[in-house]
Amino acid sequence: MQARLNALFDALLPVIATLAALAVGALVLLLLRVNPLEAYGALWEGAFGNRNALAETLVKATPLLLVGLGICIAFRGGVINIGGEGQMVVGALLGTLIGLNFNDWPGWIVVFLALVGGFIGGAIWGGIPGLLKAYFNVNEILSTIMMNAIAVQGMNFLLRGPMIDPAQMELASKIPQTARLIDAYRLPRLVPTRLHLGAGIAVLLAILVYILLWHTTLGYRIRAVGQNPHASRYAGIKVQRYVVLALFLSGAFAGLAGATQVFGVNYRMITDGSATGFTGSAGFNGIVAALFGQLHPVGTIPASILFGALLVGANKMQRVVQVPSALITALNGLVVIFVVSSSIWRQRRQRQRLRDIGTESELTSSVEINASSRKWEGDS
Amino acid sequence: MIAELFSATVLVGILASGIRLATPYLYAGIGETFGQRSGVLNLGVEGQMLIGAFFSFYISLVTGDLWLGLLAAVIAGAIMGLAMAFVTVNLQAEQGISGIGFYLFGLGLSDLLFQKLMGTVETVSGFSKVYIPFLSDIPVIGQIFFRQNILVYGAFALVPIGWFVLNKTTLGLKIRAVGENPEAADSLGVSVARVRYFTIILGGILSGVAGASLSIALLNVFQQNMTSGLGFIAVALVYFGGWRPWGILGGALLFSMVNSLQLWVQVLGIPIPSDIAVMMPYILTILALVVAVSRVRAPSALTKPFGRGE
Repeated sequence: MQARLNALFDALLPVIATLAALAVGALVLLLLRVNPLEAYGALWEGAFGNRNALAETLVKATPLLLVGLGICIAFRGGVINIGGEGQMVVGALLGTLIGLNFNDWPGWIVVFLALVGGFIGGAIWGGIPGLLKAYFNVNEILSTIMMNAIAVQGMNFLLRGPMIDPAQMELASKIPQTARLIDAYRLPRLVPTRLHLGAGIAVLLAILVYILLWHTTLGYRIRAVGQNPHASRYAGIKVQRYVVLALFLSGAFAGLAGATQVFGVNYRMITDGSATGFTGSAGFNGIVAALFGQLHPVGTIPASILFGALLVGANKMQRVVQVPSALITALNGLVVIFVVSSSIWRQRRQRQRLRDIGTESELTSSVEINASSRKWEGDS
Repeated sequence: MIAELFSATVLVGILASGIRLATPYLYAGIGETFGQRSGVLNLGVEGQMLIGAFFSFYISLVTGDLWLGLLAAVIAGAIMGLAMAFVTVNLQAEQGISGIGFYLFGLGLSDLLFQKLMGTVETVSGFSKVYIPFLSDIPVIGQIFFRQNILVYGAFALVPIGWFVLNKTTLGLKIRAVGENPEAADSLGVSVARVRYFTIILGGILSGVAGASLSIALLNVFQQNMTSGLGFIAVALVYFGGWRPWGILGGALLFSMVNSLQLWVQVLGIPIPSDIAVMMPYILTILALVVAVSRVRAPSALTKPFGRGE
């Protein structure tokens, strides 16, 4: 009974963290002289109020889920990937190049190739920090953040020059955007809303990632390296290789998210000079979703929907009570802080349980988020 | 046009703005050094800078007093630091990820307050240049070093001060002990928690001032996400500088000079695409990390939470 209560409490921790974040948000709203109930009411209405709102929520949730799946792999593998933004951009660029340069091919083949292109683009952008970490011991948090900035500038350069829509070249406006994809090269829509096949693909991949991590040798090794690199090395696992692989795969899912945005939602790439203009910060919010889903691929599905809802609802909130949607960015930050802070209670109980069964030994199975904080040292 | 880069006036201009641009890196980098030397990685620097930049700008705008603005940045940074300290010391949260949380919080909150309280981009007349008597009259050197604003001088003064505190005082010894071997420090009666609270709050204050240096001394505007990765580069500089204030000075100057050069290249209309030019500091950061990491050893207890034998 006690064990079951504990498990329930663990599962509820993220929910409590979110409620706490919303409470802080309410305080900020009060200070800004906005009625929090009215604001949150508009948020709910905007996210779930009707079929279109719900579809929009799922559309927003899709890149969060895809990025979040990559985050699950990376964090389980003991590496922290903050480079989702850049990986999305590179994946989208590669996918778009494929979509614009293959003519007269059957639509589904081109879409498939473009998604694979996105996967590869993101994988390369995640793999580079992976190699730098494994072989040069470069902190991957910093390198992935720098890779974000490099990707954005690369996108700006390409969309203002080499990849610009030929039609824009004729005009004086020169909006930095690519040509539009032809209708045949679009991800099919599921119901008469903006909801597209990408959402289905993402859910399917969530299950595949779960199988990968918990039911294959590869996944077992990724997790083993994440939990205890030293023991893994003694067990004969080539630790460096799995560090690279974890970041490579993590980037790949973000890249896929980028390509999916182009082929499912925008049908072209356009830049406002920032990464957010294209990604809508999904590269960061995917981290929030994955943490909220306790770094479990399947748990990340409802988490993505929740954060997708917050993003969609924020637009309505902005219109109705004039609260900038930046509030949601701040709240997401708080959710991250609260979720990582709350893991101390889980660890305490875990320690208690171990004590109860009489093993005072060190915690080898401490919660995965903490495993990633363990300093990883390269082979000497 | 390339030749123009090497004319005397342009070179002096590049060097003088390079010195000026080093300011935010120095404040944030030295602050982060204190944190990391005590074993805490604060990745929320960027968020703390944005909060500091906003509050210093807004208070300066409303009151017309730049010093009050600076004080606001100090207070806001201290509060952010206090929260970070509670989360990483008391709750022993994973430092890297909670830092990203603080970054998102600062990014969102500064943007929210900017839109709600100001709405449009405004400007203040920031700290004006202070000509150091005699020194500013020296040709070339005077123009480069001694005609800057007060926050620039403060940033450079912080380097020897930081070095002195870390290496020559009891406080510095405690900080280093806590960062290298918290268990030993604890058994000798040093409060690990108190030392870390001190360094993290100090880091928050200096990050706040770094933000203020952008919004009321260097650029004199506030915009959403105006730091654009500068805080993260400052964290990288700490690795690059080998956790030593003088090393950070070197790194900060390298970066600010590259940035300054990049700006001047654009001003002079030299045909390098500006997007590619803007990329340079970030590529340089990665290269710098590759070079630096193999050279020096990090504080042993970095990113490790300390619990007292639970």
